[in-house]
Amino acid sequence: MSTIELAGVSRWFGNVVAVNDVTMTIGPGVTGLLGPNGAGKTTLMAMMSGFLAPSAGTVTLDGQPIWRRTDAYRDIGLVPERELSFGYLTGRQFVLANARLHRMPDAAAATESILEVVDMVEPAERRIDTYSKGMRQRIKIAAALVHDPKVLLLDEPFNGVDPRQRMHLMDLLRRLGDEGRTVLFSSHILEEVERLARHIEVVVSGRHAASGDFGAIRRLMTDRPVQYVIGSSDDRGLAALLMAEPSVTSVGLRPRSGIDVQVSDLGGFATALPGLARRHGITLVELTPSDESLESVFSYLVSRQESLR
Amino acid sequence: MNSTIATLALQALLGRRRFLLLVAFPVLMVALTTMITVMTGLEDPAWTLVGELGYTLVLPLVAILAASSVLGPEVDDGSIVYLLSKPVNRHVVAVSKWVVAWATTLLVGAGSVFLAGVVAGGGDRAAGWAVAGLVAGTTYSALFLALSALTRHAVVIGLAFVLVWEGLLGGLLSGVAWLSIGQWGARVGHELSRDLPDPVGLPWAIGASVVVTLAALWFAGDRLRSFALTGDE
Repeated sequence: MSTIELAGVSRWFGNVVAVNDVTMTIGPGVTGLLGPNGAGKTTLMAMMSGFLAPSAGTVTLDGQPIWRRTDAYRDIGLVPERELSFGYLTGRQFVLANARLHRMPDAAAATESILEVVDMVEPAERRIDTYSKGMRQRIKIAAALVHDPKVLLLDEPFNGVDPRQRMHLMDLLRRLGDEGRTVLFSSHILEEVERLARHIEVVVSGRHAASGDFGAIRRLMTDRPVQYVIGSSDDRGLAALLMAEPSVTSVGLRPRSGIDVQVSDLGGFATALPGLARRHGITLVELTPSDESLESVFSYLVSRQESLR
Repeated sequence: MNSTIATLALQALLGRRRFLLLVAFPVLMVALTTMITVMTGLEDPAWTLVGELGYTLVLPLVAILAASSVLGPEVDDGSIVYLLSKPVNRHVVAVSKWVVAWATTLLVGAGSVFLAGVVAGGGDRAAGWAVAGLVAGTTYSALFLALSALTRHAVVIGLAFVLVWEGLLGGLLSGVAWLSIGQWGARVGHELSRDLPDPVGLPWAIGASVVVTLAALWFAGDRLRSFALTGDE
């Protein structure tokens, strides 16, 4: 069982602060590092994998600093976001080289078994530069797992992987987490993180915006004010009725047709709307969330975090 | 020395187009020396080619291309993290990569200088240039490896060092010889043949070559230990 601890970690590049005073603990099981692009996920990952020195604070693995400590890689498997540039090697040669660099007693056997795990036995004889994005991703994961590490760090591991393989990889990571390994993966896609991670850390603009299990994060996200566009048979009539609802905080008519509604209590609104329409004989033709973009979710989390300080 | 890293470095070197360039210069140099010897029948112009073109230019050029090929691209695009996320001592990584660049420099660089020397007349003089090539090739390859670990402009800086510092300024100011890898090697070769220059003391030439080689290798390892992955954000 291994634990990564970040204590008061900041990292700046010149005048730009990429990571701002982050304190978090990553323990056994699968943890998702969620945040929009440019939030500092890669910078955090780089510090956790010993490829960047924190400007302030400490990053430790089981109490020992990771930066400039080569031995830490006995316990760490790293899947960087970075493209593989070893195009002149076959997949098998690449994984085998990784096994040898870990001085595994039977590197060849370890290579074969991990190729099987990531379902890359058949294309293993082909050169990496002939691989699709998803195959490269799988061969990178195989290379990171070949020495059976206690800690697995994956930076955007599902990018470019087709849905079937994605399921397969998620099962694999879930299994590794259940075995007591510390698995951390980053992603900017909420659904991905939700489906895989028990524990979620959210970073936005270099800050630690939220931390908790999947349910807690979901609640935070659903409690925020949400905007919808509603289309109906009688927009003006419905707008008047909606304004009387306690869950609704604002109503506006759109220029041609439709209503903009801001809702504070999503649950209350969801139960109230159908009955309301039915009682007054109004037909609903459209109900669309208009700000479901992840950025708006994140900016809500950040503003909430700031108001709590 | 780690054989896996050395093997990967060799594959990287042979797999790149730069390798053709690396071989082309020595081949041209030997061909030119052969042509001059056959056409003029004189030794002097051929020896000038061996010293001025082969030893002074082609040898360091081969060292630059070899050293930057085994390390440069991986550092530039960050894919060296795949090698560095392993419990392998960084100095071992640096030395393993250097061994490949070094062997290439000696084989292709010093080898072609010797071959041109044999064509030009052979004897002690050819042996002298070959020894000079072995000594300077060793130091050059280590220095250029350290440069590749330090900056992505290693090729340009290496060329500037060879052409401007050792070539241009070395020709104008005799004192530059004290800080010139090429002159140190030539001084060692001078022991075999009086036809090679004698710009500095032998102990200095040997000592400086050894110190620069070791310091450069240590530095390259230390840079790799502090390798930072900055990401695209």
